Amino acid sequence: MLTLTAPQKTIFHKISAGRKLLALCVVSTALFQIESLTVLACLTFAVIALYLSQGLSFAKFGARMLWPLWPFVLIIVLYHGITHDIAAGGEIILRMLIAVALANLVTMTTALNDMIDVLMGLLRPLNWIGISTKPVALTIALFIRFIPTLIERGITINAALRARSTGKSGWRIIVPLTLSVLNEAEHVANALRARGGVGTNEEG
Amino acid sequence: MERSTVLIAMFAALIAALGLVPKFTLAFGVPITAQSLGVMLCGTVLGAKRGGAAALLFVVLALAGLPLLAGGRGGLGLLSGPSVGFIIGFPIAAFVTGWVMERVQSNVLTSSFIASFMGGVIALYIPGVIGMALILDKSLVAAFGLVSAFVIGDLVKVVICGFVTRAIYRAQPDKVLSRA
Repeated sequence: MLTLTAPQKTIFHKISAGRKLLALCVVSTALFQIESLTVLACLTFAVIALYLSQGLSFAKFGARMLWPLWPFVLIIVLYHGITHDIAAGGEIILRMLIAVALANLVTMTTALNDMIDVLMGLLRPLNWIGISTKPVALTIALFIRFIPTLIERGITINAALRARSTGKSGWRIIVPLTLSVLNEAEHVANALRARGGVGTNEEG
Repeated sequence: MERSTVLIAMFAALIAALGLVPKFTLAFGVPITAQSLGVMLCGTVLGAKRGGAAALLFVVLALAGLPLLAGGRGGLGLLSGPSVGFIIGFPIAAFVTGWVMERVQSNVLTSSFIASFMGGVIALYIPGVIGMALILDKSLVAAFGLVSAFVIGDLVKVVICGFVTRAIYRAQPDKVLSRA
């Protein structure tokens, strides 16, 4: 579950993450300047072709990633259907779908590690003015490490509550879950300190 | 230093875990998840700076490609979609919640209500509505109309956040850093 990258290898995987992100910024900015339905329709076909060029299953994966946008498409269709301003509605829908599809393309073809490397690269100037970025890297690692732990703990607390009560437990797991986070944070912080701390200076 | 680092990482993970708490549907069919409750708790428990940092960490990693948002959403597409303002609003909401929490001199329950309302509703919906108005090319009023149904769910979360924060404060007052 912990990935949005496509299972297939595509030619886009070979382009460096930094270049893809830069290209995405430029293209997305340009996209919001386009006010012609014809141009947007052509671009839509181009994006579909781009996805299909990497195989049908890749394109299907991409289509699934766009699916959460359907309520907004529906709203725009209804709104512009009532105001009889179909062309403007079409522009809004296509522009949104193209922008999201292109951004998804970058997410689907870039490993999380590469994305984090770009992020750390962007933070590097902080090192020059004497602020260490090491705690940031450690925080990211701890965060990713604790996501499955906390999900599992949530499930355990939920099971414990259900064993004692027939009522719904939904919201009642939040207090014990948060308290366990606060307590465990203390232990993890002590463990880190015992192993030399988070390293605020270059020697770490 | 170690304590702050770990708390920021773990509360970011808590926001992620709360996104998976089964959806709770209001009487008229609006689904609400506990995810933005996690954002509010970052503020009321950790305070402005640490809480804001935790929500920022969560958002940055969701954008980098972890499917952490409720419903398994994530990735850069979030920045081009209609919910962009709410995504950007998460760290702002946590920071404002913490900022207000640190300043309101009332009991924990009342302070948490006020803080999570100011942060988790006002400070979240301002960028949220602006983002939606821009992407869908609608007026601010129309954009607010689209999300107004969710305000009710978020008001429920404000109430829950207040009681959860009070319960934590009663159990371990020294852990509520916004009050330390």
